[in-house]
Amino acid sequence: MYLYSLTLQQATGILCAINGSFSGGKSQEIVVARGKVLDLLRPDENGKLQSLLSVEIFGAIRSLAQFRLTGAQKDYIVVGSDSGRIVILEYNKEKNTFDKIHQETFGKSGCRRIVPGQYLAIDPKGRAVMIGACEKQKLVYVLNRDTAARLTISSPLEAHKSHTLVYSICGVDCGFDNPIFAAIELDYSEADQDPTGQAANEAQKHLTFYELDLGLNHVSRKWSEQVDNGANLLVTVPGGGDGPSGVLVCAENFVIYKNQGHPDVRAVIPRREDLPAERGVLIVSAAMHKQKSMFFFLLQTEYGDIFKVTLEHENDRVKELKIKYFDTIPVTSSLCVLKSGFLFAASEFGNHALYQFQAIGGDPDVEASSATLMETEEGFQPVFFQPRKLKNLVRIDQVESLMPIMDMKVINLFEEETPQVFSLCGRGPRSSLRILRPGLAISEMAVSQLPGVPSAVWTVKKNVNDEFDAYIVVSFANATLVLSIGETVEEVSDSGFLDTTPSLAVSLIGDDSLMQVHPSGIRHIREDGRINEWRTPGKRTIVKVGSNRLQVVIALSGGELIYFEVDMTGQLMEVEKHEMSGDIACLDIAPVPEGRQRSRFLAVGSYDNTIRILSLDPDDCMQVLSLQSVSSPPESLLFLEVQASIGGEDGADHPASLFLNAGLQNGVLFRTVVDMVTGQLSDARSRFLGLRAPKLFSVIVRGRRAMLCLSSRPWLGYIHQGHFLLTPLSYETLEYAASFSSDQCAEGVVAVAGDALRVFTIERLGESFNETAVPLRYTPRKFVLQPKRKLLVIIESDQGAFTAEEREAAKKESFEAAGVGENGNTEQMENGEDEENSDPLSDEQYGYPKAESGRWVSCIRVLDPRTTQTTCLLELQDNEAAFSMCTVNFHDKEYGTLLAVGTAKGLQFWPKRSFEAGYIHIYRFREEGKVLELLHKTQVEGVPLALSQFQGRLLAGIGSVLRLYDLGKRRLLRKCENKLFPNTITSIHTYRDRIYVGDMQESFHYCKYRRDENQLYIFADDTVPRWLTAAQHIDFDTMAGADKFGNVYFVRLPQDVSDEIEEDPTGGKIKWEQGKLNGAPNKVEEIVQFHVGDVVTCLQKASLIPGGGECIIYGTVMGSLGALLPFTSRDDVDFFSHLEMHMRQEHPPLCGRDHMAYRSAYFPVKDVIDGDLCEQFPTLPMDMQRKIADELDRTPAEILKKLEEIRNKII
Amino acid sequence: MQASDRFNINSQLEHLQAKYVGTGHADLTRFEWAVNIHRDSYASYVGHYPILAYFAVAENESIGRERYNFMQKMLLPCGLPPEREDD
Repeated sequence: MYLYSLTLQQATGILCAINGSFSGGKSQEIVVARGKVLDLLRPDENGKLQSLLSVEIFGAIRSLAQFRLTGAQKDYIVVGSDSGRIVILEYNKEKNTFDKIHQETFGKSGCRRIVPGQYLAIDPKGRAVMIGACEKQKLVYVLNRDTAARLTISSPLEAHKSHTLVYSICGVDCGFDNPIFAAIELDYSEADQDPTGQAANEAQKHLTFYELDLGLNHVSRKWSEQVDNGANLLVTVPGGGDGPSGVLVCAENFVIYKNQGHPDVRAVIPRREDLPAERGVLIVSAAMHKQKSMFFFLLQTEYGDIFKVTLEHENDRVKELKIKYFDTIPVTSSLCVLKSGFLFAASEFGNHALYQFQAIGGDPDVEASSATLMETEEGFQPVFFQPRKLKNLVRIDQVESLMPIMDMKVINLFEEETPQVFSLCGRGPRSSLRILRPGLAISEMAVSQLPGVPSAVWTVKKNVNDEFDAYIVVSFANATLVLSIGETVEEVSDSGFLDTTPSLAVSLIGDDSLMQVHPSGIRHIREDGRINEWRTPGKRTIVKVGSNRLQVVIALSGGELIYFEVDMTGQLMEVEKHEMSGDIACLDIAPVPEGRQRSRFLAVGSYDNTIRILSLDPDDCMQVLSLQSVSSPPESLLFLEVQASIGGEDGADHPASLFLNAGLQNGVLFRTVVDMVTGQLSDARSRFLGLRAPKLFSVIVRGRRAMLCLSSRPWLGYIHQGHFLLTPLSYETLEYAASFSSDQCAEGVVAVAGDALRVFTIERLGESFNETAVPLRYTPRKFVLQPKRKLLVIIESDQGAFTAEEREAAKKESFEAAGVGENGNTEQMENGEDEENSDPLSDEQYGYPKAESGRWVSCIRVLDPRTTQTTCLLELQDNEAAFSMCTVNFHDKEYGTLLAVGTAKGLQFWPKRSFEAGYIHIYRFREEGKVLELLHKTQVEGVPLALSQFQGRLLAGIGSVLRLYDLGKRRLLRKCENKLFPNTITSIHTYRDRIYVGDMQESFHYCKYRRDENQLYIFADDTVPRWLTAAQHIDFDTMAGADKFGNVYFVRLPQDVSDEIEEDPTGGKIKWEQGKLNGAPNKVEEIVQFHVGDVVTCLQKASLIPGGGECIIYGTVMGSLGALLPFTSRDDVDFFSHLEMHMRQEHPPLCGRDHMAYRSAYFPVKDVIDGDLCEQFPTLPMDMQRKIADELDRTPAEILKKLEEIRNKII
Repeated sequence: MQASDRFNINSQLEHLQAKYVGTGHADLTRFEWAVNIHRDSYASYVGHYPILAYFAVAENESIGRERYNFMQKMLLPCGLPPEREDD
């Protein structure tokens, strides 16, 4: 089996974000690392974050930093990754790429303990960069400019110290003196040697300054001093005239200002009042904002509270450090303060947000200061505060993030054309069920009813140079309606259009006149109001029209074509007639090329299943240039120019090729390349779009022509970052559409469907899914489908949180304390339920209050996905938490389908995994499945982490025991068990009499159940210890699994072994066979192995398109979705493996990790071709594309076609 | 040191042990070995963000706190060292 791996949705979580001016000048951009993807984002004028560039780097990004050389206008990006190399990137605005400026190797690849890459620090003046590892190694590179003002990098200077752990590093701002880097270090050498534990207790973190002597080209330890043992983060304090220099040391509960030769200035971090005393407060992200006259820091705690830190200083002496409560937003992995007054918050779980500053915390608020620091016998006196509504920030945009995907299923619950992806995302109060549909999201601007059922709609401008459209013209069966676009859209009668007849086409002709084609003639409305009418000869009627701004071709009934051109005076003149053999099905003329008089090509579709290209040149007017036969009569034609590759932000680097698109009556979209000179057609590709013949319309997307195809659902064909994408829109069936541009909506679409006129815009281009989110209460763990009623049952559980009642009570108390009257209080409680936003303390924003780590809350929810209503929500009592679930039909069928839920009471992970009890709950469905009722609860001796139905009984994995239960009246009854599993059972799949058990650390075990003997045997297992995170049954002998380290693999039982086991009727052979390698007698073979580079949490076998082959879909912790598609032909395998090989050679990954090594990070990659790498082919320079294509004996266009084809098989 | 000593196996090993933390030797104790493995594991967790996030979800802590906890654990990953047997 060979698989093609393709990422369907890039990772949406962010691990690190930096801001700066990467394209140069005044623009503000954000570079974010999403695990293995580097993205460039920019907030546009409306405060919406736009993604400019997204590059998969085939490596794990661990840290990012930006720097600017003195006097330069542009920031560079430094990337610390797992490649054992330091990489400096520059954003190339013209080509819209990241250019690799430098790549210096310093160590082995992989995320290792002593190989730098974990930490990056920059000298604030951009003269040096330090890259550090968790332990021992730190390297300093000097950055400079050569005579041609190019960035240079020195050889590395070592600042190593062995037996030393590093917690954080940062640059120290000391103006233009020698660059200094600060590090929090901990020496463990003595603690390792001392059995009494005294040295370990006395182990002390130190703050160390490393000075880079630019003259001597040498790094030395300049200064080292003890620092608080809870220190975890360093923040640079401005210096060199802008501030006092030095660093802020963020430690558990404290922020300390430190500098060489300066006494410590310490202040406590205020605590939430409801925080348990055992918990500290840790700063997890920090940002510094510097203006000419002042600077401040924003520090965010692990609970989401942001504090503004200011320093009172006189020259270099810091007198006071103040920490003031600022606002509370969801916990971030990085904060970026943009110069334009925005705050970008990259959330660690859930959606990211862009905030605007309303104030910078000038108003009085809870404040801790170094001046009022009180030391008592029990330590420093804490300062308390209560989180409140946002005061200084206002959220203006959100970027969706699925991180983490906990579970996922692909089902067509809504009976739509394509299945939906149901995914459980997020954590704690920000959890949600997200329903993803392949396709682009649209936002509807207006819907208005029309007096009849319209057949077509157009928009026209009054003048070529107008920015916006002037009229919307709607045609009915026997009339035409004209609407003028202004402040409002209203009907007008003075437009000059004939309103007593249907229209066939309406457009702008020449520079400033309008044309209306109706069945009996052409009406030409001049700018000054004069009207010219051209009437059809005899009783013939016009059936089809094709036009651009200067040319019009009409088709009369019977098959006659008449060609008109606009002459110098703006008159429409008949040029040529041509008789075709039969009726014309459709027509299109390519738009007039820039600087030309006319377009050369006319495409004519006939009912005899052919498309002809006719010439419109005066020399060979109406000559047939080429002919293409198609599978079904064409319904609609459209010429569209497509750039083959990117370059520049708009991607106009390569010569465009002209595509002729045809919508055929059998629902297929047929695309073929038109030779610009000869008009020959070549390179045809077709794709099934839907049950109706696609009608094609030209619309404007991001300022360029794109294609809207209206079949049984709408599709958009457009160019995104160099790829031509054909994506469905998540919208209803439309009849006819036109692009729409007005004051309120620059790039919209107006369409008719039924008796309504709809105006909408298309959002978030480039994404392959759009989502509908349903909020949940706690971290979702798993869900199952109640198949009969199509309801979802979700289990949610959270550690260290209070139950809903306790939270309500605490909230009430705090309101009372705050002096809210009894009336206002109850009102808010009621509002809080249905309006999350009006809730003064919405949990989504503030997080749940923390409880002791041993406490659990959990609930079981039944949700109707169609209405998104929760029909039943059971909170588990008594510190119980649900972890596993399945639906089960016991064979006595008394209750029908039941729900089994595995729970644990009082589960603790630290210091050792322990629990009070485990239970299996059995629920029955009541009221058409909407409500759950507890039947009984059975105590078990472990945590049941896996449940499954098996032959009318319940199989449960309880710790290391696999047990078969039957339903009893008051509890479950044990029937059979096997205790030979090595660790903990986490997954159970069944097929016929085989049971496939996944162990937490030991991969899969294949078991068999002998009914006559009532025994469970393990007959095969894996040789590799795999820490399973997800499992999926593929076929009788094959399982797919994913491990904790980011690998996906397939194992298969060899055919002969499988046969032997099936042919053994007594089972005696398996029973008495000797085990091998401390395990089962047979071993499964690994047939597929691939490193995804992200923890895969769910696997499913599904097809995302109707009629498409099944593939494996996976979801990951970082919120990405991917697919593994099995190849069906040997030729394709050969082609793609060669393409992959050439791509590896010619286009090594951006951040210096070897592609093959990355995909084989833990186990050698086996039989998987990396589609993400192959899809980078169009981003290569043209000569490189040709070179690779030559090697493969193909043309670049054929390779692009292949890539498009295989993608279309998946989504 | 003589020129020939530079190339003998012992000095090469010593060089490796000095350069690469965790390179073993003949007298390595069980404890030392375990400490090494644990530190390597923690460093790997800290380095791989998705794994860190996975742990963070399991323990319902912030990712920043998880990272800090793992770094803190690198001090004494296997508890106190055993008493040395004097030879």
